[in-house]
Amino acid sequence: MRDSGANGTPRIGVYVCHCGTNIAGIVDVKAVAEYAAGLPGVVVSREYKYMCSGPGQELIQHDIRDHCLDRIIVASCSPLLHEHTFRNATAQGGLNPYFLQMVNLRENVSWVNDERGPATEKGKDLVRAAVYRVAHHKALQQKKVPITASVLVVGGGITGIHAALTLANAGKKVYLVEREPTIGGHMAMFDKTFPTLDCAACILTPKMSAVKNHPNITLWTYSEVVGVDGFVGNYKIKVKRKPRYIKEDLCVGCLECIAACIHKEARFPDGFNQGLSKRKPVYIPFPQATPQLVLFDPEACIQLKSGRCRQSCAEACDRKAIDFRQIVEFEEIEVGSIILATGFQAFDASRLPYYGYGLYPNVYTALEVERLINASGPTGGEVILRDGRKPKAVGIIHCVGSRDEKTNRWCSRVCCMYSLKLAHLIREHTDATIYSFYIDMRTPGKGYEEFYDKLLKEGVHFIRGRVAEVSDWSRSPEEEGKLVVRVEDTLVGTVRRIPLDMVILAVGLEPRADSQEVRRLFNISCSTEGFFLERHPKLAPVNTFTDGIFIAGACQGPRDIPDAVAQAGAAAAEALVLIDAGHIELEPNTAFIREEDCSGCKSCVPLCPYKAISFLEDKKKAWINEALCKGCGTCAAACPSGSIVQNLFEDEQIFNEIDGLLSELAPMLFT
Amino acid sequence: MSYWYYPGCSLKSNGKPYEESLLAVFRELDTPIWELDDWNCCGATSYMSVDETQAFSLAARNLALAERAARQAPEKGPPRLLAPCSACFLVLTKTQRYVAQHGDLARRVHAGLQAIDLEYQGVVQVRHPLDVFVNDMGLRRIAKAVKRRLNGLKVACYYGCQVVRPFATFDSAHDPTTMDRLVEVLGAKPVRWPLKTRCCGGALTGTIPDVGLRLSEILLRDAAQRGAEMIITVCPLCQFNLECYQQKIGRAFRDSTPLPVLYLTQLMGKAFGISDADLGIRRLFVSPEPAFARHEGGQPAHA
Repeated sequence: MRDSGANGTPRIGVYVCHCGTNIAGIVDVKAVAEYAAGLPGVVVSREYKYMCSGPGQELIQHDIRDHCLDRIIVASCSPLLHEHTFRNATAQGGLNPYFLQMVNLRENVSWVNDERGPATEKGKDLVRAAVYRVAHHKALQQKKVPITASVLVVGGGITGIHAALTLANAGKKVYLVEREPTIGGHMAMFDKTFPTLDCAACILTPKMSAVKNHPNITLWTYSEVVGVDGFVGNYKIKVKRKPRYIKEDLCVGCLECIAACIHKEARFPDGFNQGLSKRKPVYIPFPQATPQLVLFDPEACIQLKSGRCRQSCAEACDRKAIDFRQIVEFEEIEVGSIILATGFQAFDASRLPYYGYGLYPNVYTALEVERLINASGPTGGEVILRDGRKPKAVGIIHCVGSRDEKTNRWCSRVCCMYSLKLAHLIREHTDATIYSFYIDMRTPGKGYEEFYDKLLKEGVHFIRGRVAEVSDWSRSPEEEGKLVVRVEDTLVGTVRRIPLDMVILAVGLEPRADSQEVRRLFNISCSTEGFFLERHPKLAPVNTFTDGIFIAGACQGPRDIPDAVAQAGAAAAEALVLIDAGHIELEPNTAFIREEDCSGCKSCVPLCPYKAISFLEDKKKAWINEALCKGCGTCAAACPSGSIVQNLFEDEQIFNEIDGLLSELAPMLFT
Repeated sequence: MSYWYYPGCSLKSNGKPYEESLLAVFRELDTPIWELDDWNCCGATSYMSVDETQAFSLAARNLALAERAARQAPEKGPPRLLAPCSACFLVLTKTQRYVAQHGDLARRVHAGLQAIDLEYQGVVQVRHPLDVFVNDMGLRRIAKAVKRRLNGLKVACYYGCQVVRPFATFDSAHDPTTMDRLVEVLGAKPVRWPLKTRCCGGALTGTIPDVGLRLSEILLRDAAQRGAEMIITVCPLCQFNLECYQQKIGRAFRDSTPLPVLYLTQLMGKAFGISDADLGIRRLFVSPEPAFARHEGGQPAHA
């Protein structure tokens, strides 16, 4: 079994990396390199401080030339990090890059051991296994597959809008799919943005119009992605378009139909205003909704519910745009890449009954107060309570549904800043005394700490302590008819009771309720808390483990607008890199079928998770589409006749690796 | 369904009206309950802080007795142990939880039980009457048993600290509602009460009266302010603190409007038309009669 493979006696170079002290701190790298020098076929064996550095890579290239090496082993970190680097170095030296084998001395040895002796021995064993294996490596070629030069962006909040515009401005075709009737997302509901206090609508609506008018963007609102097929570069997407009961090409947004609706009074809760106002069955979400189209609520419209309305709306429509027979439609498109920007949902404050949301009418969520302050909101921008009074004392409770083991453990990152912003805006709108109940004030960001400083000078009362409860339990005449906040003031060291007219809950950000379904649809991963998982938290923050699918904004974790926009740009750039190449190179670690050995049993066909295997009826043999194969190895393991071979994982390579591993352990095991 | 019944010390002494009314109500609802033979102290009070192993073993003996009783009388169904007193309910559920989770403690408890030829397998279900009324019997069945609706009698449902925290799973720990829903089907009107799980003073009414009485006073005054005509409870100690100290509290806090404090089962019994004698109503210090009288003359439930 120790033959030298196809090319005669192999000439192997072994390179043992110190990784600073990451590896050398535990593993005696010098001893490993000296040991490797004595293994069969090894011509050169060296240790070096950082193999991934420029000089480290050059070392490999020079040795290939000077010592006529034809196999390379780098014993360093995980191949996830640097296999690409060392394959490149091998190719630069003039060898086929697949003549490289890596040994993971860091994650598999030094980081998980604390004794130098055994760690060094384990390092030697792993290097020996690689030496036996690499002799059987074959030259492989990457395959090129053409790419569809268009991108699907899912989610039309500020993140999706920014990503779509960036790609469209670069001349790429973009499909923007939004579930709600309008784009704009949460940002469209905000009044001002922190810390600059510029008007959210003033900076957002021009971008919304730009999306609507951009020749390279197809905007589908009130729509959802329901099918994702294919692979990087060539995704097939199915989009469900819900009926608005309005012909989109005819409606001009004159809103005559709303005025003419048989319901004279608006009596259905307005979702955009968080239920603080009412709308009619036919409505437009907000004045700058994009596209500027009305829609009918099928749960509320008499015609849609019973078919027995005199349809005064249709009579009022000059353009005959109303169509009650509209049904769900589906669109099918092909794209090369996908950006998910599906955002977040606000924490449901009624999950914490001791804060009284839903029990006491004057307990609000921050999002509701954003609408109250907004000039186009339910009160025209006046901060008034549900009973019509202007509040004289207002409390803002931080970390509601954040940093809490019973609900969500993470910090939602934006609440401290938006609470400060709301405190400032409420002072502008009322003469109320304002209390802010915080655990820690978290203001990292450009100009954020300065904004906090400004609020301190504005006279907001900051009380450090997690609020125990909000109730209407009064103990004195001053408390009667008020909401009483009980809180431990940890700076004063006492429990306080503070009577208030209005309590605002700074609710945290959490993954959308259907994030698991979306994750499965696009075949990506979620972290334990349910946010979409990035490929690497630092170095691949918008990539996923699925090639060609990127994530941006609050679907990946709580984010403020500047960070979400930055990620949107990053995701757009990643998508551009991919589709601008015109083709993608597929890793050659795919499986293929040796036709002469295939019995045509079809066992492999249903096992393939990527639908890459089909059955050729004429030949009665299975066939693997290498463009679809991801190299998972399931079919190779299952094939009863052993006719499926997977490149880089051939039996000969694996068995020799095992032989290598056991060759010196065997005496210990069997004596 | 039927239940084994663990009274604990209170229901045989100051909580006698709780036992009388509980038995009467279960009879009215055709649900047999059998008092556990040879039961002992649950291990509440200060035993837990004196010797944990002995305290847990004491409680586990009752659980083992219930399992043995059920084994010996399979016709009476699986072992379901009704524990009406909040302290007993807490200690018994805590014992189950700790024995299941802490192997070392479990070994000591099992060894103790073995010495007296008993075995605890962990199959017995410890049940609180609130849970049984709402989840086993159901509100509809309770409603059917009502003969004299309470006609809008305003009550404050007081759960106390031990029933829903920390081990019970049948209701919310922060905003329990089972008792509110129960009294509603009787025709009473529960007041919305954020203090429903706040401390009644517990043993502090005896040991540090300044603190204990103040805690009871908070509850009494706030319930009255909300218009409650009586407080309804499921805990003998809560009932005792809130009712028996009212004169003392009145003197200390210059607040002397008496407020009746009844057990839930007494209120249910009244609505079911059971006689006051069978419900232990006459044992109460603060008579609920004026409150009931205000709502008399209402129509019978099935009119």
